[in-house]
Amino acid sequence: MRGILSAAGYVPYRRLDRAEINRFFGTGGGKGARAVASHDEDTSTLGVEAARLALRARPDLEPAALWFATSTPAYLDKTNATVLHAALRLPSAVPAFDFGGALRSGAGALQSALTNSGTVLVVSADARNGLATSGDESLGGDAGAAIVVGDDDGPGGDVIAQWLGSGSATDEFLDRWRIPGEQRSKLWEERFGETRYLALGREAWERALKNVGLAGDEVDRVIITGMHSRANKALVRHLGIREGALRDDLSGTVGQSGTAHPGLLLAATLEEEAGRIDDVGSARVIALVHLADGADVFLFRTTDALRSFQPPRTVAAQVGDGAPVSYGKFLSWRNMVDLEPPRRPEPQRVSSSAAWRSEAWKFGFVGSRDRTSGAVHLPPARVSMKGGATDDMEPLPMADAKGTVVTFTVDRMVYSPSPPVVFAVVDFDGGGRFPVELTDVDDGSLAIGDRVEMTFRRLFTADGIHDYFWKAKPIRTERKGESTQ
Amino acid sequence: MSSHGIRDRVAIVGMGCTTFGERWDKGLDDLIVEAAQETFESAGLTKDKVDAYWFGTAQSGMSGITLARPLQLENKPVTRVENYCATGAEALRAAAYAVASGAYDVAMALGAEKVKDGGYQGLNSNNPPNDGTARTLTAAAMFSMVAPAYGAKYGIDDEQMTDVLATISSKNHFNGARNSRAQFRKEVSKETICASPRVAGGLGVFDCAGVADGAAAAIVVRAEDAHLYTDKPLYIKGLSFVAGSGSGLIDPDYDYTHFPECEAAAIDAYQQAGVTDPRRQLALAEVHDCFTPTELVLMEDLGFAERGNAWKEVLAGTFALNGELPVNPDGGLKSFGHPVGASGLRMFFECWLQLRREAPPERQIDTDRTLALTHNLGGYPGEMVSFVSVVGTELG
Repeated sequence: MRGILSAAGYVPYRRLDRAEINRFFGTGGGKGARAVASHDEDTSTLGVEAARLALRARPDLEPAALWFATSTPAYLDKTNATVLHAALRLPSAVPAFDFGGALRSGAGALQSALTNSGTVLVVSADARNGLATSGDESLGGDAGAAIVVGDDDGPGGDVIAQWLGSGSATDEFLDRWRIPGEQRSKLWEERFGETRYLALGREAWERALKNVGLAGDEVDRVIITGMHSRANKALVRHLGIREGALRDDLSGTVGQSGTAHPGLLLAATLEEEAGRIDDVGSARVIALVHLADGADVFLFRTTDALRSFQPPRTVAAQVGDGAPVSYGKFLSWRNMVDLEPPRRPEPQRVSSSAAWRSEAWKFGFVGSRDRTSGAVHLPPARVSMKGGATDDMEPLPMADAKGTVVTFTVDRMVYSPSPPVVFAVVDFDGGGRFPVELTDVDDGSLAIGDRVEMTFRRLFTADGIHDYFWKAKPIRTERKGESTQ
Repeated sequence: MSSHGIRDRVAIVGMGCTTFGERWDKGLDDLIVEAAQETFESAGLTKDKVDAYWFGTAQSGMSGITLARPLQLENKPVTRVENYCATGAEALRAAAYAVASGAYDVAMALGAEKVKDGGYQGLNSNNPPNDGTARTLTAAAMFSMVAPAYGAKYGIDDEQMTDVLATISSKNHFNGARNSRAQFRKEVSKETICASPRVAGGLGVFDCAGVADGAAAAIVVRAEDAHLYTDKPLYIKGLSFVAGSGSGLIDPDYDYTHFPECEAAAIDAYQQAGVTDPRRQLALAEVHDCFTPTELVLMEDLGFAERGNAWKEVLAGTFALNGELPVNPDGGLKSFGHPVGASGLRMFFECWLQLRREAPPERQIDTDRTLALTHNLGGYPGEMVSFVSVVGTELG
């Protein structure tokens, strides 16, 4: 049986209240909020965070391939999936490929994984942009999603949702488009796209149902997503689904996160089904409908294995955990306005060869532990700081370690893409100290004793080279001496 | 640490120091020539009589040629040294050891830094190509973590700590106001200090060293030759240097309330110099007050106050110009300014003036003590280099 072994979504911490746009410009905006990637996040880091959650949910999983889909890649030419591969510490034998450019590539990667063999980690992420006051600006969203596709009886256990089948409809027509290098998309008038998507959606829906031998009213949960909001809404009435079967598409809380959105909604639906499996049981049919340059419909049926599925952090919890970002800061983070930087030197570019040598540290946050004294070294060292043993260290992955703030400061002078820099000395549970920059934290909100965890971020970009490394972020549900483990 | 030391074997016989500050009209070469000329005149000799040169600069130039070219030295060994903010002290240490070894009769140490051509605020460093994972925090931010840690450990509330740090800053401005070579020559009230904008953590602009251009130099000879050049030489009693392992940054046992590198360097220097009670033996101390909490903690690391008591001594005026042990009577880094490569030598310059009773009357320390200390550090809490010296006017 082939299907989904694990799934997780990642919603960045910041939220833009859409009303702020209207308050500032007197136009644009709308109701609700959209999720906003921080200044130190890009689609690769969003993807890493989603994949970390999916893999932690079922620690025995051994992906045989990593596919990464985004319409807003951090690099062109250079593969972005290798950044995820390094951050996830996957073996060299696991290939990492990008599905790039088009909004349909996220659904495409999922479909390809389902019809493939072996365990495939399908990651998608997007950070959607638009000109100030545009619909894309307010309705878009930033998120990552990771779906692990595979078969029963693998190292990770059985599938939590069986793939029943799919149906597609493909057509060449122009609804939205973007020239490479452009920050904004352009749109054809709305009605034409709506008409096309309605027809294509119905065609794919009927094809999928026929392929698996189900009727529309036998589907328990229906997810409809795509960047064309009117088409999404219109299609619902034409699918013959049961009252209440349609799932909220998070457009009011996260926004449409492009290639990531089908995976995000699928993960959110699976975690919900896991949460109420005692009430509604398994064998529930989930349909995922994605409208982009055609339509793709996926049908799944939940299994008993879903009962033991518990993502370390649910999409619902992340949606509920956000904090506001001002519209001005949002515009500067998206490079829509340039703010006066501190009068300090900008960072120099990262050395390619130096970064490669320290791949385990830089991308994987792997330190070392002295076998004799137990002293933890961050970064890894050859000579121990305690006892002086040489070349007697074991690698120590620290990315999932939690820690406590020992002391901290706020640097108002140092160069940062978004000053000031909040910086803390962190002692990790189980040993090890690291002085590290904090993120997703407001100046003035941090206290000694606060609990933190590590998150993969982009520190700077210089000479077109992204400097990826780890930062710490508060665990807002924990205080010193407490634990949610 | 086991240092034999070179107690009483080498003497400083001439010194010079430029005005520190925003020397927009002077380049590095001008600063070098200015400090060198004063130093040659002070020792009563010419550049050709100096056998070897050590040139300290952190970032203003590379190689000994940066010194040899402006001074037009011919066929002289000139070595450029760098050791963070202790660069100037390191130049003197090398020159002193060279003379003590017998390799040379006369050696000069000159430190210089042209900071203000950078166009940025604060001090900056050029790092070699790297993997992009190192901290990029300012020194102010790293040192700002000392004050809350010290306060928490010894039960000092934020208001008291602010008062203590403002007292240190105000004292150094008071002293600098009596120093015509200092960058800032104005007394500053504690109220003004406390009201200044925050730079990092709880530190405001008046908690930070002045960023300045400048140069300073010294000529050293064998002690037995000293009176050929001056009637009032300063004898080197002890020179100690510690380069930390950096483990404080990642060692959970480090608590940011002391600098082990400074403590170790002080113990070693005192042992070399035969100093057993620094607070009662030293006429003055020139210490590396890069930030006000640094000076606070150093009072304990250098043995001037018991652990946890320095803040009380600060408030009691122990380290004021008329106190029991004046600290930074020339205004320190805070007020004199901090041209990185020159600062270590600038500290010796104040000892040179004070112990020879050549300081301006408004800041001349009236004491019969004959020893003085300089302390210079570079780096950050947990990862620093530290230098401590003791000099004196008497042999034995």
